[in-house]
Amino acid sequence: MDMKAVRAALIWAALAVAIAVPVAASAASTLLAYRDPSYIIAGFAGVIALGLLLVQPTLIGGYLPGLTPIGRRRAHRFVGAGLVAAMLIHVGGLWITSPPDVIDALVFASPTPFSAWGVIAMWAIFAVALLAALRRRLRLTARSWRISHSILAVVIVVGSVVHSLLIEGTMETVSKAALCVLVVVATMRVIFKVPVWPWRKTSAAVDHTGRDRVPTRQ
Amino acid sequence: MTTSLLINRRGLLTAGGTILATGLSGYLWPAIAQEVSPTRSMRGGANNYRPGAPIVEKIGGGGFWMTGTVRRAGDGAPLAGQRIQIWAHTTEGHERDPHSHGATLTDDNGAFRLEMPQIVPAFGQPHGHLAYDSGEFETVFLRPVMSSAKNTSLEAHFVLQPV
Repeated sequence: MDMKAVRAALIWAALAVAIAVPVAASAASTLLAYRDPSYIIAGFAGVIALGLLLVQPTLIGGYLPGLTPIGRRRAHRFVGAGLVAAMLIHVGGLWITSPPDVIDALVFASPTPFSAWGVIAMWAIFAVALLAALRRRLRLTARSWRISHSILAVVIVVGSVVHSLLIEGTMETVSKAALCVLVVVATMRVIFKVPVWPWRKTSAAVDHTGRDRVPTRQ
Repeated sequence: MTTSLLINRRGLLTAGGTILATGLSGYLWPAIAQEVSPTRSMRGGANNYRPGAPIVEKIGGGGFWMTGTVRRAGDGAPLAGQRIQIWAHTTEGHERDPHSHGATLTDDNGAFRLEMPQIVPAFGQPHGHLAYDSGEFETVFLRPVMSSAKNTSLEAHFVLQPV
């Protein structure tokens, strides 16, 4: 095995560990004993969604070795669809568990401070999915797509991270905080590389074709 | 880590509120400061409420105490024999489960205490629900939050406004 293969294996293993540890810690929570299946599934959908938020920037930023540019964009879309599904399961399961609490959250009347952050992140996830689906029909330029997706990605990450950090639930606090830090760092790294920001003028110049070139790590 | 952050913020808010309530009102409205103002319902307090919870010796197996007082708005006189309904997500059931609900009456000092199963965090916070809705006074729903999920008691206080 050459060094490149070792490095690739290590990167994939690190991503797997960063997500698997908080999920496993959540699975070991004593609170699960006092919850119905619908509540347990709803909680895990949320935990897994937080993990997928780490996969998304690492994928599209080209940090994961062994994937072609087309392959990682396909995977990014697939994981994005997974995030939408996770949101539907998360909210649906919570609805079955306690409809009034979910209504309070959705209408921004919840007594808990984290609810609004989660609801905003959820709508931003739906908005990105919708925008991605209608991108061609709306004839979005590469530039406007990148700006809108980047802004919504920041909303999703900030909303989700604050939401999960403020929650006292099945997630273990240290592994939860670590995952949140990784999500924020990975997202920021990728967002800053998107060639549309004023301080990235030189990079934007390479993209006069209007074709959608995703920033990659060389 | 997260919990201590919440406690600090909650503590800060409580402290700030107390300074505002006592300090400022006492300074600006010395006459009104003597009055006890009615407790307002809390956000989400009525969630999973089930009208007519039976008066019980204790809810389920017990081990956790919900305590509090009921007083009359204005003069602050303790109210005896008032029915307070209590429910929560506990080690023995979800909020919506009928067996998670129970009611108790206040004693001559306007105090109540009801043993119930340990409250566990649900929907992100370890919290309980209490209701007064017997009709003689205005209905109040409370949703106190425990400062720590390890606590084995929680208190809530009612000041009721005559209808």
